Amino acid sequence: MARRPLALLTAGLAVAALSLSACSDSGGDVPDDALVVYNAQHEQLTKEWADAFTKQTGIRVILRNGSDSELGNQLVAEGKDSRADVFLTENSPAMSLVERAKLFAPLDKATLAQVPERYRPSSGLWTGIAARSTVFVYNPDKLSASELPKSIMDLADPAWKGRWGAAPGGADFQAIVSAILKLKGRDATAAWLTGMRQNAKIYRNNIATMQAVNAGEIPGGIIYHYYWFRDQDGTKEQSGNTKLHYFKHQDPGAFVSVSGGGVLASSRNKEKAQQFLAFITGPTGQEILGKGYSFEYPVANGAAANPALPPLDSLEAPAIDPSTLNGTEVIDLMTDAGLL
Amino acid sequence: MTVVSGSRRAGPDPGPPAADPRSPDRAVPHPGAAARGASRPSVALVVLACVLGACMLVPIGYIVSVVFDIGWPTLSRLIFRPRVGDLLRNTVLLVVIGVPATVVLGVGGAWLVERTSLPGRRGWAIVLVAPLAIPAFVSSYGWGSTVPSVEGLGGALLVTTLAYYPLVYLPAMAAIRGLDPALEESARSLGLGSWAVFARVVLPQLRLAVLGGGLIVALHLLAEYGAFAFIRFDTFTTAIVVQYQSTFAGPAAGALGVVLATLCLTLLVAEASARGRLRYARIGSGAPRPPVPVRLGRATPLAVGAVAVTGAAAVGVPLTSVVRWLAAGASWTEPELPAALAQTAVLAGGGAILAVLVAFPTAWLTVRHPSRLSRAVEGMSYVASSLPAIIIALALVTVTLRTVPSLYQTAFTVMLAYVIIFLPRALVSLRSGIAQAPESLEEIARSLGHSPMAARARVTLPRLVPAMTAGAALVALGAANELTATLLLAPNGTRTLATQFWSAASAVDYPAAAPYAMLLILLSVPAVALMFVHSRKVPAR
Repeated sequence: MARRPLALLTAGLAVAALSLSACSDSGGDVPDDALVVYNAQHEQLTKEWADAFTKQTGIRVILRNGSDSELGNQLVAEGKDSRADVFLTENSPAMSLVERAKLFAPLDKATLAQVPERYRPSSGLWTGIAARSTVFVYNPDKLSASELPKSIMDLADPAWKGRWGAAPGGADFQAIVSAILKLKGRDATAAWLTGMRQNAKIYRNNIATMQAVNAGEIPGGIIYHYYWFRDQDGTKEQSGNTKLHYFKHQDPGAFVSVSGGGVLASSRNKEKAQQFLAFITGPTGQEILGKGYSFEYPVANGAAANPALPPLDSLEAPAIDPSTLNGTEVIDLMTDAGLL
Repeated sequence: MTVVSGSRRAGPDPGPPAADPRSPDRAVPHPGAAARGASRPSVALVVLACVLGACMLVPIGYIVSVVFDIGWPTLSRLIFRPRVGDLLRNTVLLVVIGVPATVVLGVGGAWLVERTSLPGRRGWAIVLVAPLAIPAFVSSYGWGSTVPSVEGLGGALLVTTLAYYPLVYLPAMAAIRGLDPALEESARSLGLGSWAVFARVVLPQLRLAVLGGGLIVALHLLAEYGAFAFIRFDTFTTAIVVQYQSTFAGPAAGALGVVLATLCLTLLVAEASARGRLRYARIGSGAPRPPVPVRLGRATPLAVGAVAVTGAAAVGVPLTSVVRWLAAGASWTEPELPAALAQTAVLAGGGAILAVLVAFPTAWLTVRHPSRLSRAVEGMSYVASSLPAIIIALALVTVTLRTVPSLYQTAFTVMLAYVIIFLPRALVSLRSGIAQAPESLEEIARSLGHSPMAARARVTLPRLVPAMTAGAALVALGAANELTATLLLAPNGTRTLATQFWSAASAVDYPAAAPYAMLLILLSVPAVALMFVHSRKVPAR
């Protein structure tokens, strides 16, 4: 006796499912001609870029935000079916990951010519778009200048137990570890990570680490430079009680990380994607880095960094080819050390 | 007057606690329907319900496939390591301390407002349920951004106990209202004091409510991400998110997911076996006298103080903090806000409609054609939705990417996640609605010449509208506050209130997060009001 109403119900279900998927087409999927950027850079910076780009070209840009390794691994998992046109990161290991999976299209020669060779891989499959320096942020009330670590490697010593913090879950710190791996080798890195697990207080991200140093919860922490400069430029609420220490001397702790940008080979909007990369590495895009909110270093020829920053050349960073950093091995090592 | 036994029912209900299907006060099917228990449901309905039930099991299937895909050697390397030991210790401590704490607050509060002379108890009854309107991750932001020392295990316990005790309070309140005071009077007449009556007569009768509420709290503790990530406390769920951010849906995330799912299923089994078969219910048609409130006497200030402190800590602090950050920045003008609101409405509304549609066949089967099969199908939904959202999200990412790429990164997949997570809310509402729509009315309509279909459409369906609306509302409001699965599944360019809040709060931009926090709270109020009203409706039999 229940048959026909149930047929009706089934039909209703089917109709509803169809209309829902139709509405998901409008609500979820993006227009075919919009540029989809898998963005692991700071959302605010990429928004500055995207808005200026849209204003100049009329091309709509849609961001999918995530972290370096998340989006890099996601691109690898999606393969040639990915809807992504452009991939932007904060650090280079995730770029290398996607490059090794052969998912990048070669960049336009003119775009590559805008960036000096040391800030991009020789393959020409992606380019540096910005740079950031590792720093040791410390609280002078808790740590005198003479007590500062000489090298980032010192922080694994028992003397530093409970006295520094970092955010190992983030791609930023993982890039720093990849520099240690490159410069010191696998065993030394594994030992350092074990020491870190003993010594370091773990925070969710660089800002939280800096805030903890500022509040005196820990004497010092490893972060990237621009968080400190941004806050100094603003309210100083999170960094007013702190100073920066640069390791210099080609120490792994003086590592300058290159943020990357590339065009996906599977992109259906390749021309626009190339245009976008040319834009952010061009004068307007790089000027946004020097003058805008970000305080990251521009990398293109002739682009000026924010005057508040010490010149990039003065930081005595170790020379590391950005395309040789291995993110996957770092994550395995950090997982083994119990940091992830 | 108090007796024994009912059927044992499997499965948890992380949905509206007040409407817990297992609570003894659940609506009893119309006698006509019961007599008709032998009637056969149509094959199409059974198949449909089974297929939908099986869809709900995708996350379980994912966990099983992770085990096979990764293989034991790798899996054991990823599971038996010190980090997992730490996570296990954290998670176990959280549950072992947090659940009893919520039980004390929840049962104590319910008893004070229902059975004592607490001044202003009607008002306090509402104050005590109010924390449910503040999502735990917003509460954590409220505490953490105001009192930086709220962190780690202590902070996590503080924030989640205050956020989740209403999940015990509501069923406890409903159960206390349903108690027959004659039992307590008999105990007193036999010489027991107030405390002894509470401990030996009232508490045992609350066992089901406490176990059910405690289970829901425990499942929430296992599934919570935002509240813990914000105050630096690591559990399996936060570790899975970190692994996801490092490796996307890689083996290490899957391995942690296996452990987490095992913990959840263990809790389910433990609760089911602790529940036992004993039931307490008043039989016969008499009406119990209203209970005489216990005089608090000199304890009154203490009781008022306890309730006030709980309310202030659970509602006052987070709310003040949100308002303070709101005042600190003029963020209502943010251009993203209307877009986030609209996208939240589309996703949550779509999820709610889908959930009601998916729940319908199962609810119809369990009420009109109760059988072992219908209970099994229903049980599947409860088990699936007891898994943490992070696992459901990981499963959907993996399955859509590998097998149904056309659904990958679509709004439909987000809605599907909401359905799996919140289905019990729709099921419970629909089931009581169907149970209350007498079949005899349909028969009358048919005797007047309507076909069975027309009879159902014109007589039964209109009577189900309130239940469908209530179910959909509960799902939609839950979905609007969902963070973890939405973070992983949102289509390109889609932001919801919860994800926008989270990105601002994670960047320590507290003023920018405040308007989203406020909207999330406002959105939760109607659902909490619904649950509260429902749990006060317990029949004065």
